[in-house]
Amino acid sequence: MHFKLKIWRQPNRHTKGNLVDYELSGVEPDMSFLEMLDMLNEKLIVNGEAPVAFDHDCREGICGQCGLFINGRAHGPHDQITTCHVHMRAFKDGDTIFIEPFRASGFPVQKDLKVDRSAFDEIIAAGGFISVNTGQSPEANSILISQDTAEAAFDAAACIGCGACVASCKNASAALFTAAKISHLAQLPQGKLERKKRVLSMVKKMDELGFGACSSTGACEVECPQGISISHIATMNREYFK
Amino acid sequence: MIDPSTSFVPDPKVPPGPLENKWSNFKKTARLVSPNNRKKFKIIVVGTGLAGASAAASLAELGYEVSTFCFQDSPRRAHSVAAQGGVNAAKNYRNDGDSVYRMFFDTLKGGDFRAREANVYRLAECSAHLIDQAVAQGVPFAREYGGYLNNRSFGGVQVSRTFYARGQTGQQLLLGAYQAMMRQVGLGNVKSHTRHEMLDLVVEGGQARGILVRDLDNGKISRHAAHAVLLATGGFGKIYYLSTLAMGCNGTAIWRSHKKGALTACPSWTQIHPTCLPQSGDYQSKLTLMSESLRNDGRIWVPKKKDESRPAHQIPEQERDYYLERRYPSFGNLAPRDISSRAAKERIDAGFGVGKMKNAVYLDFEEAIREQGKATIKRKYGNLFDLYEKITGINAYQSPMLISPAAHFSMGGLWVDYELSTNIKGLYALGEANFSDHGANRLGANSLLQACVDGYYVIPYTLPHFLASLPKENVPSTDTPAFERAENQLKASLDKLLAIKGTKSVDHYHKALGKLLYDHCGLSRSAEGLQKAIALIKELREDFNQNVMIPGHSQEMNDELEKAGRVADYLEIGEQMCLDALTREESCGAHFREEYQTADGEALRRDKDFSFVSCWHRVEGKSVLVKEPLTFEFIQPTERSYK
Ligand SMILES: Cc1cc2nc3c(=O)[nH]c(=O)nc-3n(C[C@H](O)[C@H](O)[C@H](O)COP(=O)(O)OP(=O)(O)OC[C@H]3O[C@@H](n4cnc5c(N)ncnc54)[C@H](O)[C@@H]3O)c2cc1C
Ligand code: FES
Repeated sequence: MHFKLKIWRQPNRHTKGNLVDYELSGVEPDMSFLEMLDMLNEKLIVNGEAPVAFDHDCREGICGQCGLFINGRAHGPHDQITTCHVHMRAFKDGDTIFIEPFRASGFPVQKDLKVDRSAFDEIIAAGGFISVNTGQSPEANSILISQDTAEAAFDAAACIGCGACVASCKNASAALFTAAKISHLAQLPQGKLERKKRVLSMVKKMDELGFGACSSTGACEVECPQGISISHIATMNREYFK
Repeated sequence: MIDPSTSFVPDPKVPPGPLENKWSNFKKTARLVSPNNRKKFKIIVVGTGLAGASAAASLAELGYEVSTFCFQDSPRRAHSVAAQGGVNAAKNYRNDGDSVYRMFFDTLKGGDFRAREANVYRLAECSAHLIDQAVAQGVPFAREYGGYLNNRSFGGVQVSRTFYARGQTGQQLLLGAYQAMMRQVGLGNVKSHTRHEMLDLVVEGGQARGILVRDLDNGKISRHAAHAVLLATGGFGKIYYLSTLAMGCNGTAIWRSHKKGALTACPSWTQIHPTCLPQSGDYQSKLTLMSESLRNDGRIWVPKKKDESRPAHQIPEQERDYYLERRYPSFGNLAPRDISSRAAKERIDAGFGVGKMKNAVYLDFEEAIREQGKATIKRKYGNLFDLYEKITGINAYQSPMLISPAAHFSMGGLWVDYELSTNIKGLYALGEANFSDHGANRLGANSLLQACVDGYYVIPYTLPHFLASLPKENVPSTDTPAFERAENQLKASLDKLLAIKGTKSVDHYHKALGKLLYDHCGLSRSAEGLQKAIALIKELREDFNQNVMIPGHSQEMNDELEKAGRVADYLEIGEQMCLDALTREESCGAHFREEYQTADGEALRRDKDFSFVSCWHRVEGKSVLVKEPLTFEFIQPTERSYK
């Protein structure tokens, strides 16, 4: 397969970037999107040119490190999938592909396609936990949790922290990310005691960090690789105003 | 000639007493640091996976001043996140005969009697409480209808002791540890440095004094001093290039510490996991694991006929070879990983492999779907079937999965004693980075456990025991000649790499090394192959030093420079792995030497001559073997049969 690529290049946080054109042939349909970029980089490197910097680590859809804006969509052409799981068979031979970083004021670009998502860690540090010290825990089966509750909590806990929700939101809101953690912990008996304090401080931190407000368009849940529902945002709002 | 001054026997410091009392005896007599003194102790934790995050959180809760480092942009992304299957604990919730002793026995046997009894016992002893801890943190483990915790059985054992959270157990456990750590970050007790890679250990007067790190976003080198350095940097299976590990996993922190005097142990013992997606082309960058839990219901087979061209569903039952069921009737498809992988390789090498590259075997759910219904199979493994389809485009409800063995877990690592201390005072190794509890083969679901037990339950007792012994005037400082020297050397080595400006990419070398290791130091090893590999690795290293191309400079974000450092280390580690495999003239666990097998192709252990841990010491650039003898006081090693 042959592709025309338009890739965002930006040397660092403080310099302006622009789209640069590349052509790549010999791409195989079973290659992952990131392996296609590896192939491009290999060509650039042996020519002594700077390879395209992009985020990735596990390449199996779970670490949340990858994240590209491909043809105007977070994580590319499919719903609910990470960039590392996109394969070239999803494109047509000869296609032009636009590749850009996730864009949001909360996620400054570090270089090329890499962004800084440390704001997410700050939101968690503000209250995304249960305050239990190592060694204090009671026998696990003394806390009974119905299968339904455990499953519902899991649905929220599954978040991989990739930031696609923020990147796909026109307000660059971090509501889905924050709500997922609030909802996960608020549903479990262990997490109920701190729920009020948790929601207040996490929401405050989210606002401080410059993420926008949620206007319930639902764009985020379409791109969320774990399919986390926007109903958790409603849960967060209920918790907040309780 | 081995220099006699270096051929010492490392002291494992196993506490006295009966097996079941050793750990409590240690805790009873361990020195403590009084609460108001703890703030004065600085602790560096490198790595924020399960081992690092749990250690950082626990030590910060106790009041120590902790700094953490990781190369990802968030602690939550450490590769522990990728573990799917589950975590073991001897809870005996099912009344099926489980106990601490049985778990100890299974683990020791699973490791082919090449681990320290006392360590393994402690792992089993601490396992039950880990589940309590994780539940308290909000880990949403699978539940039964009555609300009690559910569990299942996993490869190589006959009881159900594996707790799980869908196919994302590692992620959920890691988030529990990460959240506990971030709580301490919020409280100001932990300083977290993300996108910082440790590039050297600073040692002075035989004691670890701190580390040098490079800020991966801007290339700045900085110095960090502490009373103790904990390495929790995970496994280095990525040395095989194609593996189930993440792209950034590396052996740099442990290898550079090795070069500063820390012993490595059994570096060649690598678990090759039987159920991964096969390679489909040269461009491939990783091999995704399909959880071993699939083997609870899937049946593994290959066609009986070589060069079979019919699709799987057209091959009649009597023309299929269910080779695991045939060779290991009592464990069948649940035979331990090393055995299953080797059996697959045997069939593939004999020409019975399936798939485009004839490098795979079938994992078939047809019978399970017929007997249990598609809905049940979907409930049990739905996300794994989805994952399979995402990657391969194939619907596994309709045709069998194609699977193949891939490098997965490093049993080897830095040598540690019972207290998790390396032979360098003040330097500890936790989690997959150390060699400890798994012996020559790790049982499924035991390593999430080990990483957590090391961080939550062992280090909070053993580290204070060391800290309390330090003299008062022992104040960490980065303003020392040792730091100065190390920093100058590090900068010079980065400049040297950048100055080569050759013609081949770092990945080129990494792939070549990976292939060499798969061929000669993978599932099956021989003296001839290993000697050849050692020579070829030396050549490859030479080539790398002359012809590698790293664009850009060191004062910026430079992914190629990062990779080059890791691959330069791999090119040295690979050689030591081959030497390790060469000098172990027996087969045990994942280490299979072709010269040492029984008539029916099973591993032949040689207890009389090889009941020891191979520890490697680096003397003037050469690897020198020193041995920690393994003595079995409580269990007599038996033949490890799964037939
Ligand atoms: C795909 C897969 C599935 C698995 N499934 C299971 C399972 O079901 N059950 C089970 O028990 N085990 C499983 N394992 C094994 C288990 O997940 C690991 O052994 C365990 O999680 C390792 O944890 P760790 O904390 O030691 O290392 P990791 O989680 O790998 O963390 C390593 C940390 O070190 C940091 N680091 C590394 N090098 C440097 C450096 N030079 N400088 C700074 N930081 C550095 C990284 O950033 C990271 O934070 C699986 C492994 C894989 C690969
Ligand atoms: S690289 Fe880990 S989720 Fe894509």
